[in-house]
Order: sequence, then structure tokens, then C-alpha cells
Amino acid sequence: MADLLVLEGIRKSYNVGTPVETEVLHGIDMVIKLGEFVALMGPSGSGKSTLLNIIGLLDRPTSGSLLIGGEETTQLSDADLTKLRAHTIGFVFQYHHLISAFTARENVLMPMLVDRGRPDSEMEMRADELLDWVGLARWRDNRAMNMSGGQQQRVAVARALAMDPLLVLADEPTGNLDTASARSVFELMRRFNVERSTTFLFVTHNHDLADRCDRIVEVVDGRITEDRVNPEGKSRR
Amino acid sequence: MKRWLTFAWIAALRFLSEGRMQTGFILGGIAIGVGVIVFMSAMLTSVQTNFTNRVLTSQPQISLQPPDEVARPLRQKDEVIEAAIVQRPTQRVLSLDQWQTILARMRARTDVLIATPSVSGSALAVRGDASRSVGILGMEPDDYFRIVRLPDYIVSGEASLGTDDILVGLDLANDLGATVGDKLNLATGNGGNRILTIRGIFDLGNKGVNERNTYVQLRTAQSLLNLIGGVTDIALTVTDVYAAETVAKDIGAILPVKAESWIVTNAQFFTAIRAQTLSSLLIRSFVGLSVAFGIAAVLIVSVLQRSKDIGILRAMGSSRGQILRIFLIQGGVLGFVGSLVGCALGAAALLAWHRYARQPNGAELFPLIVQPSLFVWSAVLATLTGVIAGIVPALRAARLDPVEAIRG
Repeated sequence: MADLLVLEGIRKSYNVGTPVETEVLHGIDMVIKLGEFVALMGPSGSGKSTLLNIIGLLDRPTSGSLLIGGEETTQLSDADLTKLRAHTIGFVFQYHHLISAFTARENVLMPMLVDRGRPDSEMEMRADELLDWVGLARWRDNRAMNMSGGQQQRVAVARALAMDPLLVLADEPTGNLDTASARSVFELMRRFNVERSTTFLFVTHNHDLADRCDRIVEVVDGRITEDRVNPEGKSRR
Repeated sequence: MKRWLTFAWIAALRFLSEGRMQTGFILGGIAIGVGVIVFMSAMLTSVQTNFTNRVLTSQPQISLQPPDEVARPLRQKDEVIEAAIVQRPTQRVLSLDQWQTILARMRARTDVLIATPSVSGSALAVRGDASRSVGILGMEPDDYFRIVRLPDYIVSGEASLGTDDILVGLDLANDLGATVGDKLNLATGNGGNRILTIRGIFDLGNKGVNERNTYVQLRTAQSLLNLIGGVTDIALTVTDVYAAETVAKDIGAILPVKAESWIVTNAQFFTAIRAQTLSSLLIRSFVGLSVAFGIAAVLIVSVLQRSKDIGILRAMGSSRGQILRIFLIQGGVLGFVGSLVGCALGAAALLAWHRYARQPNGAELFPLIVQPSLFVWSAVLATLTGVIAGIVPALRAARLDPVEAIRG
């Protein structure tokens, strides 16, 4: 499998140049291959979200190199990063973060609308297809606030997949859900990973879910302390 | 989702419709502001046009008169002044020197539309035991009535004048207990005396003018004022009423006459108009400014409320420019929709005012002038104000760091 993500010596400091400068990532080296489903674990404050934001091109590292699909991203302009992010990366956040002004279908359609500027029938079909796939076709015209937490998170997964990204970054997407909803959301992502070979980087505190991933990476105090392949991950679905 | 709308428009309209109460309140504020501006502007235009029309149709735009008589100090050869105290000379009723030539030259000018001679002086109007001092103005009705639209102001009788006829004001007629067809005895200080028949009574809308002004034929005034063959004024109308002062100065420079334009003789009127325009402009500017601050405040709150949404949109790949446009469009839409409601409010207020604010006899106070361009300009300016007011909130939204925004 080809390398999708290559991180070399990624460091991130806050308040650079001030007496309270704090380094939260101390040189992360990691390679993630296309189609992998990686669990990123670690205690709160260990730097998982910061790492995810850097990989998601929402934040820049203080030093180090980040290659996505072979392209060095640390020197790209804001506009180029935005374009790359739109076409390559999908996000699922802990608090679903659907836009309340829009319906489920419109939320799923949003990344395509942002990219192409005007809505068209192809986008609508794609949104319907994804909602059907996450089992929410019936709820497509409901506003986010009229749906349960689990349903909202499934819409968020559908939205993350709208642009058919190479990489989906999921920051504790099940952290706020009951066990059944968490399992259902996880299984959706895993199914998409298996069927479409989409790479997932999945932040979780849930060992049960992590054990179902292809690989488990543990970050403690801004350093990778464990990185192991989990060959039973796929079979434990 | 409308397919012809772009992402920024779709998001802007949806954000506005979602915050219905917020949007409703600010739209109400904008509508009231625009309504006040529309109402004030229409009233100001109407009042000024009405006043200007009244001034212009009741007096010549330029009046040419003999120059003031001045006393020259007597000097000896060695420049010693012989009379140290010089008394101001009296201004006698004098004819314009060479007035036929001046009249012909005036009529030849391209910037002069009408030129007509007149004679004015004062007299005593007597009817029975009652007498009033009046000003008499003798003129050639055919030309003069094109300058001063007296026939429009006739309330009784008609505006045709024979050599023994006179037109008097409503208040003078009341004071003398006279009606159309009654006779008046006019006596002047230099011995002139004629009995004239009242042919018409006019109302120029000003008590002083209605009490003092009387109009007779040119020849009648010449004989009454002992000015046979002479005229005291040449009245002019010009092609551009607001250039009257320039034309008057030009004429005064090339001819031995005192040329006074309506702009100078009505200086106080112009000062009042200027003061009124300025105060109205200030009020409208402050209303506009408060509308702009209102829009900006609502949009700033909206940016704060929607910072998570903005962060998500940025994470999805929307550019800073798209986020900027979402909030500028919201400002513009608020301004535009608010201005439409405001125009309707302003128009309704104008109609109500026109219907209920009436003179005691039920006639309108003055004709209301409402130009469609007022509404167009109000809408354009309000929309622009909205967009400008949206700049600061939009920049703030566009500069949001997506990581911070999502984290909240």
C-alpha cells in the first residue's frame, strides 16, 4: 500500500517567542498508508487533537514536514491548504457540528457546495445516496436540532465522506454517544473504510473500539509511545 | 436550496432566516430609519419647491432699476473738501435712462427669456372714509403676467386690465370693504389722482403683499406717478433661475443700472433654505449612521454565535473570501429589505400627512412632491450602508482561526 501521510519531526509550540512558550508535540514521526484504519489514543492533553489539526491542515506545525499523497504541505499558502483540505480530507468532530440552519441533506451537500459554488442535481443525488448509506434517508429534510445525537453524528460521517476524501479525521466522534450509537457510528466508518479503502485516523479513548482498528498509535505528552499493528482489527467487527 | 444561488448567498440567507427574531428587530430598525429619511426628504423637497415656486411666480427673477443717487463731496482744486458733512440724498422716483435701448438689449440676450418694463411707486388708496397707503405697479400685462403669474392667484374677478382698471390684494380689498367692480381713488404724492375700477382681487399668500401691492396698466402708473414716457424697472426672467445672480452681475457691469436678482432680494429665504437643508442632512446622516451601527452590531453578534459554523465551513474547505461574502451579503440584504419596508412606511406616512394635515378650509398645505428616484436612492444607499456596516463583522468572521472556532 502506498503512503498517504508521512510526518517527519513534527513539532508544535504555542506562544512562540514569549516567556510562556510551550511545546505540545515533540517531534512526531509517523507514516500512514492508504486504506489504513488507525486508532489514535492517549490521555487528555497529550496532543492528539493538535496532531489531528496539523494533519487536517487546519493548523501549521512549528517545524517538521508533513506530506499528504506525496505533496509537502508545510510550505503551501493558506489558499492552497484550503483547496487541498477540501478535496483530500473529511472531518468528523466529537460534537457532530452540523450547521443548524441547514437540513441533514443540506449539511451533507455542504462540502460539495463550498467546492463547486452552486448546487446541482448530482450533488443532491450524492447527498441522498450517503444519507441512505448511513440509514437516514427518511430524515434528510430534518434540521440538525430535530435529530438525536447518534443521528446527527451519522449525518456528520456522511458529510465527511461527501467529497470522497482519501483521508477522514475523526476526533472522538463516539465520545459523546451512548454505547449503541457509538458502535453504529464506528461501524459506518469501518464499513466505508473496507468498501472504499478510505483512510481513517480515529481518535478515541474507547479500547474496545480501538481494538477493532488496523493499527493503534498512542500519544503521551506529545510523543508517540506506542505504534502497533492490530491484525485482528478487521476480523473483530 | 435554490440552484441559481451561490454558496455564499445560500448560507447568508439561511443564517438570516434562522435568526428570525434578531433579523426581524434589525429590519424594523432599518425600516424606521429609512422611513424617516424618505419622509423628511420628500417633505423638504416639497416645501422648498413650493416656496421657490411661490417666490419665483410673484416677483421678477431680475429687476433693473436706476442706480441709487449719490451725493458727491465738493472738492477744491487742491483736494480740500469744502463740505465736511455730506447728507444722504433722497431717492426720487426716477425713470431708467435710455430704457428703450436697455429693454431692446435685454430682449436680445440669449440668457434672458422675457424682458418687460414697469413703473412702481406709492400712492394712497381711498374708498369712502377708508384709506390705505399702497404700492402701485404699472406694467404691460401680456408680458408681465408671464413673469409674475398673477392670473393664477386671482380669487375674484379677472386679471385683464384696461387703462382705468386696477388689481388689488385680498387684504386691501377687505380693509377698504371693496369688491370687484368697486371704484378706488388713487392719489400720489406728486399730485397724480385717478379713479380706478377694481377688476380683480388676488391672493399671493402673504398678508403684507396682499395689503400693499396693486397692479395697473403701465400708462396709468406713468400718469399717476408723473413719469410720462418713463419706466422705473425692467423685469426679467432668465433661462436658468439659479444663475440669475450671475446674469444680474453681468448686466450691472455693462449697463448703468442697478440689477438685482431674486437670489439677492430673497437672501433670507435662501439662508433659511440652506439652514433647513443642512439640518435635514445632519438628521438624515445620523439616522443613517445609527442604522449602520445597528446592522454592524447584529452581524457582530451573529459572527460570535456562528463561530463554530464558520470553523466547520472553513474545515470543509470554504475560503476566507467565501466567509467574508456571507456576512457582506447579510449586511446588504438587511439594508435592502429594510429599505423596501422603510420606503413603504415613508410613503404611507407621506400619504397620511397629506390626508390629515390640511388648511382650515380643507385645501392642502402645499403640493406634495414625491419622486420615484427618492425610493430608488434610499434603497441603493441603505443596501450600500448594509454592505459597509457588514465589513467589520465579515472581516472578523473571515479571520477566525478554524481550530479556535471549532473548539469554541
